[in-house]
Amino acid sequence: MRLLAYFRSLAARFFHRSQVEEDLEEELLSHTQHRADDLERSGLDRAAAERRARIEFGGHERYKEESREALGGILVETLLQDARFSLRVLRKSPGFAIVALLTLALAIGANAVVFGVMNGLILRPLNVPQAENLWAPMYGENPAWRSYPNYLDLRDRNRSFEDLAAFQFAFVGLNTGKDPSLATGFATTGNYFDVLRVQPHLGRFFHRSDERGPNSAPYIVLSYAYWHRHFLDDQSVVGRIIQVNKHPFTIIGVAQPGFQGTLLFVSPDFFMPIVNQEQTDGESLLTARGSTDGVFEAFGHLKPGVTPAQAVADVNAVGTYLEKTYPKEVGHKTSSLVREGLASFGKPARAFVAGLMLLAGLILLAACANLGSLFGARAADRSREVALRLALGSSRSRILRGLFTEAVLISLAGGAAGLLASIVLLRRLSLWQPFPGAPIHLPVSPDANVYVVALVLALLSGFLFGIVPVRQVLRTDPYQIVKAGSAGRAGRRVTVRDVLLVVQIAICGVLVTSSLVAVVGLKRSLHGNFGFEPRNTMLAGVNLAMAGYRGDSVPDMQKRMLHAMETIPGVDSAGLVNGYPPLVYTAGTKASVFKEEIGDLKPLNATLNPFRYDVSPGYFRAAQTALLAGRSFSWHDDKNAARVAVVNRDFARKMFGSVTNAVGRYYKILDGSRVLVVGVVEDGKYQLLTEDQQPAMFLPFVQSPSSAAYLVVRSTGDPQQVAAAMRSKLHALDEGLPVDTQTWNSLLTVVQFPARVATMALGVLGTMGAMLSITGIFGMAAYAVSRRLKELGIRMALGAQRKQVLQAALGRAFKLLAFGSAAGLILGILASRVLASIVYQATPRDPLVLTGVVLAMALVGLLATWIPAQRALSVNPLILLREE
Amino acid sequence: MSGQAQLLPGTLDLLILKAVSLGPLHGYGVLLRIGQISERALLIEQGALYPALFRLVRQGLLEATWGTSENNRRAKFYELTSTGRKRLREETAGWNRLAAAMGSALAAEPEEI
Repeated sequence: MRLLAYFRSLAARFFHRSQVEEDLEEELLSHTQHRADDLERSGLDRAAAERRARIEFGGHERYKEESREALGGILVETLLQDARFSLRVLRKSPGFAIVALLTLALAIGANAVVFGVMNGLILRPLNVPQAENLWAPMYGENPAWRSYPNYLDLRDRNRSFEDLAAFQFAFVGLNTGKDPSLATGFATTGNYFDVLRVQPHLGRFFHRSDERGPNSAPYIVLSYAYWHRHFLDDQSVVGRIIQVNKHPFTIIGVAQPGFQGTLLFVSPDFFMPIVNQEQTDGESLLTARGSTDGVFEAFGHLKPGVTPAQAVADVNAVGTYLEKTYPKEVGHKTSSLVREGLASFGKPARAFVAGLMLLAGLILLAACANLGSLFGARAADRSREVALRLALGSSRSRILRGLFTEAVLISLAGGAAGLLASIVLLRRLSLWQPFPGAPIHLPVSPDANVYVVALVLALLSGFLFGIVPVRQVLRTDPYQIVKAGSAGRAGRRVTVRDVLLVVQIAICGVLVTSSLVAVVGLKRSLHGNFGFEPRNTMLAGVNLAMAGYRGDSVPDMQKRMLHAMETIPGVDSAGLVNGYPPLVYTAGTKASVFKEEIGDLKPLNATLNPFRYDVSPGYFRAAQTALLAGRSFSWHDDKNAARVAVVNRDFARKMFGSVTNAVGRYYKILDGSRVLVVGVVEDGKYQLLTEDQQPAMFLPFVQSPSSAAYLVVRSTGDPQQVAAAMRSKLHALDEGLPVDTQTWNSLLTVVQFPARVATMALGVLGTMGAMLSITGIFGMAAYAVSRRLKELGIRMALGAQRKQVLQAALGRAFKLLAFGSAAGLILGILASRVLASIVYQATPRDPLVLTGVVLAMALVGLLATWIPAQRALSVNPLILLREE
Repeated sequence: MSGQAQLLPGTLDLLILKAVSLGPLHGYGVLLRIGQISERALLIEQGALYPALFRLVRQGLLEATWGTSENNRRAKFYELTSTGRKRLREETAGWNRLAAAMGSALAAEPEEI
């Protein structure tokens, strides 16, 4: 309470200064009045007595000042007093204050946003107990996919983990009594919640003891958010039965509010036992050792005393054992350990955020350089005032303290403004769902860490740019300045301000270069050749398992769906692909293929590891994938026919030497069957836009049916109407079938996501860099012109031409600009190499980029020097020389 | 002004405490009281009194209230708090020790060594 009272009195002193001041004044007055009364009694008249009393009192102002100090002689109060003074000074030059404040707000805001992302994605652990000791063995370099039997062996044979849980994604149709709706959840091992050491909000979780073989545990646990949204916090849901892909599942519990599973950027709707996976996928993956689709990621706590390095060795030993025992199915790659939460996305995410952090740091540095030179120029402009104050007896430390207080005030206000903006932005980011229909979000809501970092950065930069004028003030010689006026030095030397400006322009150049590189690369990737034509193409994700189809009824139904699509008016062609089409959700299945002469078929001996797509006869036409040689599939390539394949050009070249050689030749797949190549299609992109050219093979989908497939429908009609027609046709075939329709282009946003985010971030940072450069150059040029106004006037009076005047006034600014831009361009080109890994076809060796950078920097220079140049040209020598 | 002694640093506070301990006083009154009890032997510039008074109030040794003086003017009256009273006792004892020590030291004659 005393502390509160203290702060209240501080606030009172700050805002109601006059009260205290009046009190003081009245008391001192009362003193002299009493003294005057005494003096009057001794015979003086009143006026003389008062005069005498005042003289006897001594230095009125001095004692008042000392009294003030005695009243509030502690640090905070002096600081407040300084702050009041600085505020008054800043209010006198609002232009300067606003420019400085905005500059800093931009820089601090950018840093706070980037730090918020880093904080949410990388620094903050999963919201579970002992998350720091939760590790996931990552299999090779790829995402953590592994087969379920391999997971079981790893779980039982390792000696490093206390227990190992695993999860897989489950995309299902949930029927809670109303219409069936799509939902995304995790299919987890029974020990999932026990390994994570979490407790339910309602009901219970399932455990390892619930797993008694395939489809033995029809239980479902809802996430708090899903329960809140769909069941409106109804406590009685526990025990209720809902339909998951037409199979009855019992709701046994609801998870805690903060619990969102084990992938930071995914918020699953529900959790179900992985042993019931067949009911959601339509086919069992529980026994397929060769499949890599069984488990997304396995994780657990390390036993006490086991180091991550020991665990890696242990996991690799199990891998080697599995490879020896099952040579046909298992090809072991070296495993490593990653912290649970980001899976294999951790590395690129960390690299990306680190890159952003670096750029944001550069922006802040540029802002500090900018503000430093602004403050330096201001201090120089005020050198007369400083000199006068020094001459009148003010101490240098007092003047420096004033300058520092101004810097800190601006940094705090700018930091607060930047932080506010960043909080708004981060809140919106964390609500943002980048992909339609996928429960992906960025967990970046700001917390105390962000506030503290923003505050520290603001103060730090305040000190950084506050330090610039220090030397200037320390060296001020009041006698010289008051005598000679402030025109002073000619300024031929390279000053700190010049260096700061060049550094800043260079930083701006780097940002402009890299953002241009990214924009051009992204634009090219949007119109690149993917090996298919995403425009005018509608995709419909249909998982027949969600409607209870199995066995032969699956391909039959799929055929009927295809024919139904073809009857829609305006539809040119329709095809089907199992799993996901190319470039959708970065999904891609790879297979091992062998040259015909190879006898020992195990993954290690594979000739190629092409992407594998199972497609219908109409697929190539619907996707507009060009056939280079041979034929496409027909409906005769069915289960009873010989195994055939269409391969891409890369596959043909690598396996058979050339396209023309390939048709009519055979190769082998893992199960030993010989596959005849009947056609060759053009190359394309399959999983990522940035991937190197990959081999791919296409097989007839009826030879290896799957209930999860995408319909590919090409039509020039209005996408909305086509989608509606598709849904109604499918609804007519089976009304309990959930359908997800989207254009291929809109699904491409997922693979373009990193490139888009990178381009957007660079664009924003580049714009900020350019703005900072403009204000920086403007400040410098305006300052140069104002200091040399007299000289310019004399030159004009002596008959100098406009060009010569401009050169004298702005030549230096332009030199610095050219120098900084060149440095920035070179550095930017070097930095763009990093970009190439994120943005498809990002290359700085592009005349468009080079001209763009030069033009942009020239524009920056022009904008920044326009006003100072006008001022220099409009100098009227007569007026000027008369006044000075 | 001969016959008046400059104040030693730090002694003004003690004098004020002493002056106020004899009864509540306003600022000018403190000055008069010090003059009276020191028999005008000590020189204090009038204004210097106030920073010292405010310092003592901040330290919680004095308490100030606005009131009306014998001249019928508004004035701020100072009073000793209990902490102030304690401090005055301690400082007086300390001062006496110091004065005694200084006195005997300065009175030392060669034969006493």
